[in-house]
Amino acid sequence: MGKKLLFKHIDVPGIKDFTVYRSKNGYEAVEKALKTMSPDEVQEEVKKSGLRGRGGAGFPAGMKWSFLDRKSDKPRYLVCNADESEPGTFKDRYLIEHIPHLLVEGMILSSYALGANTSYIYVRGEMKTPIKILENAISEAYANGFLGKNILGTSYSLDLYVQPGGGAYICGEETALLESLEGKRGNPRMKPPFPAISGLYGSPTVVNNVETISAVVPIINDGGDAYAQIGIGKSTGTKLISACGNINKPGVYEIELGLPVEEFIFSDEYCGGIWKNKRLKAVVPGGSSVPILPAELILKTLQGEPRLMSYESLSDGGFASGSMLGSGGFIVFDEDACIVRNTWNFSRFYHHESCGQCSPCREGTGWMEKVLHRIENGHGNERDIDLLVEVAKKIEGNTICPLGDAAAWPVASAIRHFREEFEWHIREPKESMKRNYGIREKSILGA
Amino acid sequence: MKESSNLSFSEQSLQKVKEILSRYPQGKEKSALLPLLHMAEAEFGGWLSPEVMDYVATILNIQPIEVYEVATFYSMFNLKPTGKYVLEVCRTGPCCLRGAENLLDKIEEKLGIKVGETSADGLFTLKTVECLASCGTAPMMQVGDKYYENLNEENIETVLQSFRNN
Repeated sequence: MGKKLLFKHIDVPGIKDFTVYRSKNGYEAVEKALKTMSPDEVQEEVKKSGLRGRGGAGFPAGMKWSFLDRKSDKPRYLVCNADESEPGTFKDRYLIEHIPHLLVEGMILSSYALGANTSYIYVRGEMKTPIKILENAISEAYANGFLGKNILGTSYSLDLYVQPGGGAYICGEETALLESLEGKRGNPRMKPPFPAISGLYGSPTVVNNVETISAVVPIINDGGDAYAQIGIGKSTGTKLISACGNINKPGVYEIELGLPVEEFIFSDEYCGGIWKNKRLKAVVPGGSSVPILPAELILKTLQGEPRLMSYESLSDGGFASGSMLGSGGFIVFDEDACIVRNTWNFSRFYHHESCGQCSPCREGTGWMEKVLHRIENGHGNERDIDLLVEVAKKIEGNTICPLGDAAAWPVASAIRHFREEFEWHIREPKESMKRNYGIREKSILGA
Repeated sequence: MKESSNLSFSEQSLQKVKEILSRYPQGKEKSALLPLLHMAEAEFGGWLSPEVMDYVATILNIQPIEVYEVATFYSMFNLKPTGKYVLEVCRTGPCCLRGAENLLDKIEEKLGIKVGETSADGLFTLKTVECLASCGTAPMMQVGDKYYENLNEENIETVLQSFRNN
């Protein structure tokens, strides 16, 4: 059993309620921080912990906090990104539904460290039940003196609000989220200035993911050093992995970073192996945006080292033979899954979700969807594969926000690792309409 | 500004509007636009007519176009009337790996309508949506506030029947 920090008490009956949460050492980190630590000391612990952004980018959280413009005379804001919409990712919703006070407690600690007196949690509009649960937790925290004026009799005051989104993937991008929170279309902003200088209402702002903010609670309780001792190398602490696709036990698992991928997929403690006694074909390990890897490369690096669930190991080999930990949306494909169909599906998603601001993304995602659709439906021609590679290249790096990259990577990586499956669709259109390509018997490692 | 219609939120909702407006700094009340559109949609028949959007504009003291451009950007808002139950079936990759496409075919067959259509009795509107962060319980759909998870071609019949019986 790996160490549990966020989910330590998740199975306690009634943990959603304030009194039960409190009885399990809930809000003790707030007491400790507000009564015995300065905001800078809280930030220092987060720096020491090595905690990295859990939304997907993996940027060190303490460093992100240190960029906040503290000299500005404008109010500072903390905004929690709960706009979870990366396909394959459902950890934040799960956390909010099961242990909402952990997020509220993390918000108080983080707001205190940043000197924010008003903070917002931007939740996907569709998540109506989680919104209700969270709003209830917040009112309980107010009623018990953990939110509002002079928290626990100290001079620190904080108001915390839930803001519903409107169902736009792009609002998971932090500047699009801020635009949306200001009541506008979710068009990402040009950077710089970064939100740390000019964010919500032009004020210094930090935007952090639900899981990142929740992790501040154990960091303050046990200390940054203790947190940094969990995990491996620069991948410290635990990570929530939402596992889905063709596995026996889909769900959200808290793992210690550094767990072997093979153990995660096949052990009964986690995914429980591939369903229906089938074989593993491929994995998208960090949400739909990150490169897909064939079985042999997700289990072992190109050098033959066991692949680990960590930022470094999953990206070992760069995009040529690696991928990314990303958001922890772990999508597993069995031998019968069609890579072409899935790539088309993801491309349609990005086309649908492109905000339309930058032409490479607006047009390019549409072209990729169209070309993939015709390959999948038996009308591809031999130039199409190179055309897809070309379009993906022209989107990547040429847009205001990372949605362009996120749309390009799944296409480029699917072709990189499964080119023969695309070629087969084009060469054997009738056959490809009748059956799936199946699994490649010859591994890359032996090729 | 043109004279608005007779639309008005209920007394209770107006109290809620006041509370929502107080969440933002003075002069930044436009931030309330998304919350208000959600409220308006729920209160005025499940969709946002131009009149409803104009009413929201008057509450926030902004131009109607500022409401239209937002309402058309976010996929959650219905810009035309819907059936009593809007079935929003997830069609994104992880759900498809567990049978969302067959499920969708089944629903179309059972209801005799295609995606985007409303049944003749006005009971059902069928939509597809993108990933709703429920991939671990795929395939799934959202109806109103509720997620219906771990669906398959058999249990979908029971779910549909429960709406018909309501």
